[in-house]
Amino acid sequence: MSKKNSDYLINRKDNQYEVVIGLEVHAQVLSESKLFSTSATKFGAEPNTQVSLVDAAFPGMLPVINEFCVKQAIKTGIGLNAKINKRSVFDRKNYFYADLPQGYQISQFKDPIVGEGKVILDMPDGQKEVGIERLHLEQDAGKSIHDLDPQNTFVDLNRSGVALMEIVSKPDLRSPDEVSAYIKKLRSIMRYLGTCDGNMQEGSLRADVNVSVRAKGSKEFGTRCEIKNVNSIKFMQMAIEYEANRQVDLIEEGKSIDQETRLFDTKKNETRSMRSKEDAHDYRYFPDPDLLPLEVSDEFVKELKSNIPELPDDKKKRFIDEFNLSPYEATILVSDIDTAKYFEEVVAKMGKNKDMKLAVNWITGELFAILNNKNLEISQSPVSAKNLAILVNLIKNGTISGKIAKTVFELMLDGDKDPQKIVEEKGLKQQSDPKAIEALIDKIINDNREKAIEYKQGKEKLFGFFVGQAMKVSGGKANPQLINEILKKKLQ
Amino acid sequence: MSDITKQSLTELADNIKDKKLSSTDVTKAFIDRSEKSKELNAYITEDFTSALDKAKKFDQKPNLDLKLPGIPMAVKDLFCTKDVKTTAGSKILNNFIPTYESTVTENIWKEGAILLGKLNCDEFAMGSSNETSFFGNVQNPIDKDLVPGGSSGGSASAVAGQLTPITIGTDTGGSIRQPASFTGTVGLKPTYGSCSRYGIVAFASSLDQAGPMAQNVKDCALLQEVISTYDPKDSTSIDFKRNQYSKELTNNIKGKKIGIPKEYRVDEMPKEIEDLWQKGIEYVKDCGAETIDISLPHTSYALPTYYIVAPAEASSNLARYDGVKYGFRAKGENLIDMYEKTRSEGFGAEVQRRIMIGTYVLSSGYYDAYYLKAQKVRKLIKNDFDEAYKKVDAILTPSTPSSAFKIGEKTNDPVSMYLNDIFTVPVNLAGLPGISIPAGHDSKGYPLGLQIIGKAFDEQNILNIAFAMEEKINFKNKITEWWIK
Repeated sequence: MSKKNSDYLINRKDNQYEVVIGLEVHAQVLSESKLFSTSATKFGAEPNTQVSLVDAAFPGMLPVINEFCVKQAIKTGIGLNAKINKRSVFDRKNYFYADLPQGYQISQFKDPIVGEGKVILDMPDGQKEVGIERLHLEQDAGKSIHDLDPQNTFVDLNRSGVALMEIVSKPDLRSPDEVSAYIKKLRSIMRYLGTCDGNMQEGSLRADVNVSVRAKGSKEFGTRCEIKNVNSIKFMQMAIEYEANRQVDLIEEGKSIDQETRLFDTKKNETRSMRSKEDAHDYRYFPDPDLLPLEVSDEFVKELKSNIPELPDDKKKRFIDEFNLSPYEATILVSDIDTAKYFEEVVAKMGKNKDMKLAVNWITGELFAILNNKNLEISQSPVSAKNLAILVNLIKNGTISGKIAKTVFELMLDGDKDPQKIVEEKGLKQQSDPKAIEALIDKIINDNREKAIEYKQGKEKLFGFFVGQAMKVSGGKANPQLINEILKKKLQ
Repeated sequence: MSDITKQSLTELADNIKDKKLSSTDVTKAFIDRSEKSKELNAYITEDFTSALDKAKKFDQKPNLDLKLPGIPMAVKDLFCTKDVKTTAGSKILNNFIPTYESTVTENIWKEGAILLGKLNCDEFAMGSSNETSFFGNVQNPIDKDLVPGGSSGGSASAVAGQLTPITIGTDTGGSIRQPASFTGTVGLKPTYGSCSRYGIVAFASSLDQAGPMAQNVKDCALLQEVISTYDPKDSTSIDFKRNQYSKELTNNIKGKKIGIPKEYRVDEMPKEIEDLWQKGIEYVKDCGAETIDISLPHTSYALPTYYIVAPAEASSNLARYDGVKYGFRAKGENLIDMYEKTRSEGFGAEVQRRIMIGTYVLSSGYYDAYYLKAQKVRKLIKNDFDEAYKKVDAILTPSTPSSAFKIGEKTNDPVSMYLNDIFTVPVNLAGLPGISIPAGHDSKGYPLGLQIIGKAFDEQNILNIAFAMEEKINFKNKITEWWIK
């Protein structure tokens, strides 16, 4: 694996700066109920309809750990090649806010459920390993809504108590592109595992971004700033770009960088100081006395391990080995679990005499284009994997040409029609009878004698004219390969 | 029957089962007595009308197989009771009506008991004299202007004054045993994890435990049998085999080994207490048990440890009372201003003091020196008991270093107030069961208690020892009914 550092550098006069980035990703655990209560977690429900007495911190209410969320966190840890801690502790992080009913967030501070791990990124110039520091479980807070009333703030507690996994990376990232690849890889792994839906629009995945800069080649870390709660990859990249340049400018001006928490203003595309290190909260972490330390047995972890599905890295390797795909093709197909599923279904449905390259090209070409165009996920594809497989087979066995296939594909979009039927109904079957094509070509040569003579005299460009005529006369159905072969023979 | 309120829980239950008394008779009698006893200020909330309705309903279709058939009972106002105001003795919960029931009270109602009302207590159970209650001082039936102890002061006063046949309190550092001792009643602090904390307003989660307070040991055993259940809604509830404490109760304690810890002979302990303890030793010997001198070397660290751990947890547990969701809210310029005013006006001085201590000991830079150190010492204290229990079956100590004091006597001296808990806090820190039984009187005629500390989950054993001693001691509370006009 190449340990080559990114070429992303910030240049000023004679100086070059490297950017050092670490991420704290907050991933909402995919679970029907909350981390310590039985309330539902559905997105978009009416405000305060998914709130239990525990979530609203009524007197005497106690948290009870949701075992499913624990399993989800451990599975994610396994997916990150990380150490699973058999004993972890829930702590209270104390601070006051209107949308934090308990006056503290239950989180894991000293003893997280998952320890060190790693993630492999596929970058254009090779692979890069990013270290995972830890993963811990914690409660989400509620939501304060400030813009519904000029005087009052409204609070929606639906999110209060929802389980989050905080995944902390080591400061191993060196460019906005690596950050993008890292987030996509995390999301991909969690979606494979079914532990987080990765939906950034709904806030299921967001990150605090730690940025510092240092002179190229330096081993020391610079002073870092933390950009809070960025909720899209694009914004993360923009925020890093802005923040790194801001820090470099300060250094160039001979000023120092203050360690602080900053906010990214998406409208102005800039980061702004939120609070300095001196104003940082003292969270007074201490073990939550309402909860016992969380202990998991070897068997418990083993059982979860045995049920881990094939993850993107392994799937990619298998696609390369088994299907002879290029690493590039394999990377594209495994990056999203639904794409991988779709591809594997196409492969299965193609049967014995399959053309893998053709299938890949159709998925990453025509299908992706149409999905992109219609803004659809592959899981919502208007063309089923089964029908796409049939279409690819029709091309492979010469029933239709690639060109006709595009016409057929267009027709399939309306109601996922069977391509076989379309070909039959529209009479699109490829003309592959050499005798018929020979007759067709004879006629064309006959009709265009002068051009045939010109060709024979050396005007080779006219070959294309004859092909075009053959296609035109056959309504595009004549097998192009046969046309080529026979034309060449006839025009010799 | 005019002497209904003088009867013990066991007698009342038997009389109702034998149809000699109806639930209505009994409920009426305790309501009447309560009405006449307003001067004690034992109640924060009375629920008498509803109680009578429930008693009548019970009598229409009495289920006599229950353990508490139609028995009226007032409970400490720290237990959340559905549709009945629950204040924790604080202004900040002055208007709080729960929509839910604590597990412990739920267990009691399921066995047929009827809620009479909610009893006064120190604010958020923080106090040793019931003087921190927003709802005023509670009088000790033993003497006018005498504190009943705390924090379960209203509960102790109500049992001693016969306003309720029995009650439940909570004990974080002695809040059941000390008031029991001050009022000549019996109070049991069960093993941590024996009674569910679900629905009890939290003070210090790792120490809080609910327990029965009664006129005698048998009643205490019966109520413990009812309230102690495993509860999955409390993650610290423990699933162990619980005894039928009242049925298995025996005065046969022959051959039991009782430890006498030398470290409980503290400086300036009144001679009366020392003498009482000696008498206690004689009593257990009379019962056929053997006493053994033991050492609990870290005893002197228990009080400072307690006053770090309990405030630390309290400072966090009480953060939820912020004026946002329920309870008292003061008007403020903005969110922070509202918080400050709500909490300054809503909490009393002692609660604020403990929140500040707790916030301080958890602060970065102080955490290691205070909270972490305290946790380590707590382990040593527990180890002391574990070592001792290799040699003995139970431990006998005084319940308190003095008898009840006058209202106002220690109000301005928090440390002297905290010293009241010196014999009781080690038990909470170690998570063990402890029972206080009345064992004699001081020169003023005020009751004094002895404490029996057991192994974890060994409630039956200390109840048996208490039962045997009770017979020998034959204690009679000197109550003049001075408050009844």
